[in-house]
Amino acid sequence: MPTRVFGEPIKRAEDPRLLTGRGRYVDDIDLPGQLHVAFLRSPLAHARIRSIDVSAARDMPGVVAVWTYAEIGPCQRRMPLLIPHPDLTHPFTRYALAKDEVNHVGEPVAMVIAESRYLAEDAVEAITVEWEELPVVVDIERAVQPGAPLVHEELGTNVAAHYVGIVGDPEDAFSRAAHVFRERLVIERSAGMPIETRAIVAVWNEVEGVLEVWDTTQAPIVIRNALAALFGLAPTQVRVVAPDVGGGFGCKIMVYPEEVLIPYAALTLRRPVKWTEDRLEHFVGTNHERLQIHDAEIAVDADGHILGIRDRFLHDAGAYTPYGIIVPIITACQLPGPYKVPNYHVEFRAVYSNTVPVSPYRGAGRPHAAFVMERLLDRVADALGLDRAEVRRRNFIQPHEFPYDVGLIFQDGAPTRYDSGNYPGMLELLLQQMDYDRLVREELPRLRAEGRFVGVGIACYIEGTGIGPYEGATVRVEPTGQVYVATGMPQQGQAHKTILAQIVAQELQVPFEAVQVYEGDTAHFQFGSGTYASRSAVVCGSAVALAARKVREQGLQLAAEELEVAVEDLVVEDGRVFVRGAPERGFTWGQLAQLANPLRYAYAGDLVVRPRPWTGPTLPPGKQPTLEATEYYSPPHATWASGAVGVVVEVDIETGQLLFRNLWVVHDCGTVINPLVVEGQIHGGIAQGIGGAFYEKLHYDENGQLLNASFVDFLIPTAKEIPWMQVTHQETPSPLNPLGVKGVGEAGAIPTPAVVAAAVEDALRSFGVRITRVPLDPDQLWRMTHPETS
Amino acid sequence: MTAVGTERRTIRVVVNGVAYERDVEVRLLLSDFLRHELGLTGTHVGCEHGVCGACTVLFDGEPVRSCLLIAVQADGHVIETVEGLAVDETELHPLQRAFWEKHGLQCGYCTPGMLMVLKAFLTEHPDPTEEEVREAISGNLCRCTGYQKIVEAALYAAQLMRQSRE
Amino acid sequence: MKPPRFRYYVPHSVEEALAVLAEAAEEAKPLAGGQSLIPMLNMRLVRPSLLVDLNGLQELSGIELSDGAIVVRAMTRHRAVEQSPVVAEHAPLLAEAIRWVGHLPIRTRGTIGGSVAHADPAAELPGVLVALEGMVQLRSQRGHRLVSAEDFFIDLLTTAAEPDELVTEVRFPLLPAGTGTAWLEVARRHGDYALVGVGAVVSLAEDFTTIAEARVSLIGVGGRPVRARLTESALRGQPAAAESWRAAAATVRREIDPAGDIHASAEYRRYVAGVLTERALALAAERAQEGARR
Repeated sequence: MPTRVFGEPIKRAEDPRLLTGRGRYVDDIDLPGQLHVAFLRSPLAHARIRSIDVSAARDMPGVVAVWTYAEIGPCQRRMPLLIPHPDLTHPFTRYALAKDEVNHVGEPVAMVIAESRYLAEDAVEAITVEWEELPVVVDIERAVQPGAPLVHEELGTNVAAHYVGIVGDPEDAFSRAAHVFRERLVIERSAGMPIETRAIVAVWNEVEGVLEVWDTTQAPIVIRNALAALFGLAPTQVRVVAPDVGGGFGCKIMVYPEEVLIPYAALTLRRPVKWTEDRLEHFVGTNHERLQIHDAEIAVDADGHILGIRDRFLHDAGAYTPYGIIVPIITACQLPGPYKVPNYHVEFRAVYSNTVPVSPYRGAGRPHAAFVMERLLDRVADALGLDRAEVRRRNFIQPHEFPYDVGLIFQDGAPTRYDSGNYPGMLELLLQQMDYDRLVREELPRLRAEGRFVGVGIACYIEGTGIGPYEGATVRVEPTGQVYVATGMPQQGQAHKTILAQIVAQELQVPFEAVQVYEGDTAHFQFGSGTYASRSAVVCGSAVALAARKVREQGLQLAAEELEVAVEDLVVEDGRVFVRGAPERGFTWGQLAQLANPLRYAYAGDLVVRPRPWTGPTLPPGKQPTLEATEYYSPPHATWASGAVGVVVEVDIETGQLLFRNLWVVHDCGTVINPLVVEGQIHGGIAQGIGGAFYEKLHYDENGQLLNASFVDFLIPTAKEIPWMQVTHQETPSPLNPLGVKGVGEAGAIPTPAVVAAAVEDALRSFGVRITRVPLDPDQLWRMTHPETS
Repeated sequence: MTAVGTERRTIRVVVNGVAYERDVEVRLLLSDFLRHELGLTGTHVGCEHGVCGACTVLFDGEPVRSCLLIAVQADGHVIETVEGLAVDETELHPLQRAFWEKHGLQCGYCTPGMLMVLKAFLTEHPDPTEEEVREAISGNLCRCTGYQKIVEAALYAAQLMRQSRE
Repeated sequence: MKPPRFRYYVPHSVEEALAVLAEAAEEAKPLAGGQSLIPMLNMRLVRPSLLVDLNGLQELSGIELSDGAIVVRAMTRHRAVEQSPVVAEHAPLLAEAIRWVGHLPIRTRGTIGGSVAHADPAAELPGVLVALEGMVQLRSQRGHRLVSAEDFFIDLLTTAAEPDELVTEVRFPLLPAGTGTAWLEVARRHGDYALVGVGAVVSLAEDFTTIAEARVSLIGVGGRPVRARLTESALRGQPAAAESWRAAAATVRREIDPAGDIHASAEYRRYVAGVLTERALALAAERAQEGARR
């Protein structure tokens, strides 16, 4: 029997190193002669630089150089616009070091390069800047008003993009609706906040003539290409490695100023240079996400069937748009969720403000979309006297309706087309897990009769995952029998080394331990884009599967030739290729790799290479001296994962404290490669979603100062705040890719703010409150329940 | 009077059973000393203001934030870090085994801090409840796992450690 | 986030520490547990030119019962207080509140003296000290003095200690028989500084049903721990029953003047101070009755 590795809860290949302190994160790298960088960052949200005096800083002990915009040579260009969009009519990106103006607190203004970080920080304090303060705009509703201060005077507007998407005939739908409900819904500013901050080490390797860069990036190939272009080097003269990376959640995919400045310093000074962001810098120097303000309305018939949705929203872009308008585009396209919305008008303006720029954070516009859609459906259910589950049932896209076209163009430029799913099945499975009927009919009423404010919420979601453009992989069987796998994707904890090895082990029927996966290093793989948008398992996993299958064919072909049998007579099992029914007639994979190479192996050991009569070139045309294949996979469009979440909460109305009593998830990411890893992804996403529902908000004041730029005041939930999560899998394979898989990275983060809002609203039903803003907090819950006192 | 105190100081410290003597700047944080002077980079730094817990090490057997001590305070003391946790090259500590088996880590960045605080905790609480484990790790932030599998791993490690004592 | 330059000195005795502090005056900062000082150094919010490390001074460590009080010497770690049987038996309010201080790896380093000297208005220990009408011993080369908690805490991070004075011990007076205590607080996350915290002390008259004396101390509602004097006097002689606690909640809300911040408004804090006062008083009274029954 073939051994099954794919789909099994295999222990991770990554872990022994990480558990014993032998991980290698960027800040762990100390090179001889290494210099350290600290940045002077803008203390003001909007100002012109009149003058900078770095002379005192240059004279400080241990200081090697102090650079402002004037000293950064090829880095004097504006940072790249990574993802343009036709509707992004007013893009704007920064300079690596501010040239003459700063647009948010934290913007890099000058850099000190010194013998230690301590000395570099000392010197930063000795730099003096003469500022001319400019008017600040933080509130995006104000930013779109006439006469508001302009973030970028030269643009003449704070509106970076205006997008309109229309499906069907929304006006008609609203005119014939039995009911129309409107809500203003707000999801506040937050950030990914990985526990490892960003870090870069760069060195010009004189021996090899290569610029070597270790970077906490989610996209090393993108950085490599950017650096090669910027410094006029051949791509092979730049090696970018994302080694172990301590979490990313989106904010580590970018080309940040530091990512070009540190390599430039290494090139210029010909010494290794390190910069490790500290936590205070991270709060104001690494991208944020989340703030959107939606004015949404839903039109339904008398039975609660959706006729149409109209949504107009403002999206806070922050001070620059280096990542285009990906986040609000995703919100717009995913807002209909798993429901049939025949008529849909969505419109947004992406608005500049004097705050840290916005780019995707786990969920990337989807939590916003789910919050709007699920809140609207709860409103419909409550107003029509329907159970909240029932209104969802009535509006689901049915399993036979796939592929299903939403009618809008998705983030990847392809149609928003759902490939497969079983939404009714997923909800029923959830309700069954929750024992929903008993919960609603018996348990909650009993608790309420005791005077407790308990409530239940459910929310459903979909997630476009596994988008293009493509990823690739090389799979090679080594003469030692080990299998080498290389991809361009780095990981930040998603277990690529494990799941990709599972795929290869399954295809070649070799032990999981025999497969070694190399990732995140441009010396190993040259093409690809990176780890983001829940795409690694789908896109990279598929490329790995295709390459492994090709190697399998090569092995079968070679074995057939050597054994003089037909390929059809061979089986692949137990790490060997052999004749069906005659296991002794065959080769191990290592032996096949040796046979493929007409060289003699000094230490081959287990294979006697037969002398062969001369028949021509040792390596005939079309043959390669290895079992090796490189394949690329480019999805036709996204594959759509889905899920449903249920939660029971209790509110202490006297203190506004929120207690999670139970939490259930049903998740469908198609074929599961490793259930442990999938569960881990969902747990982590849910925890971040709970953060977004009750804890995590970045508070800016009207002057653009971030008021809670520390872990004391930005409230990442601890183990005490996160409840036990009951996860159940439903598997609806994707028809789009060779493995049937769908992405799972962002799943948990998507429905959680919506489901918490729903449950809290249910708990506080007797107060007639509607939850329209997340995150909630104790103060808000107390106000809702004590209108007379507050 | 002449200035009291010095800006540098020679310290002797035992880390994972190895005695070190180093001359250091007095402002050097213990976390930086362990990582960049001794090369023990298993101890991670996440916030440098004592909230995230990634830099937790054992100081005379008790869990402390190494970012909230200056290295000179370790003079004459005994430090344990994640590098000292495994019994030897081949035999992992029960906590490490449990974290591996239960998928108690993803990016691995908070993991050393979690392991060290749990090592101290499980020594005092060999048979903890789930709530007690959550309390014990509540000073260590994890952004990947949602904590559930860490809690499972801690409970499992406690079980392994009890069994090995029997 | 690296500390600015400073000098560092390890005194061999309290006397020597006091001499150094007297000499260096405002330039120097004593280093106790460092759990508040080091973050401030890392953020470069404070710039002492000299740190005087008290951690080696054994004479500043220890807990003992003396003169009707639990005397906790300044360099005693929170953890030692948390694990002390003497504290558990004689100062249950302190034992209960100390578990709310940060997290385990903070409590292993943080010291009682450091916490009191730092005087964060949302910190538990100052609140307990005020509730128990404790005393702070200050020493300098000029001598020593005992300052009542009430007089010691002046405002946000401001105390009655002079720059050359060291907090050397903290005294938590024992409570009379028939007294119960309770510590309750609400924080955003487990281990965070309190949004509001309340320490309640209820002494019952001999009938076990009348309040002989009650004390309420609040944290997070002002620049320093606040003693709710009006509430306390209104409770004296009242029945130890729900309506008294409810009335106390109302009085306490009138009596305090909290400020708001990003985590909670002034109105919320005012309201919740009442809620926690009511709950803490009820719990303290229940414990007093339980104690009496035993």
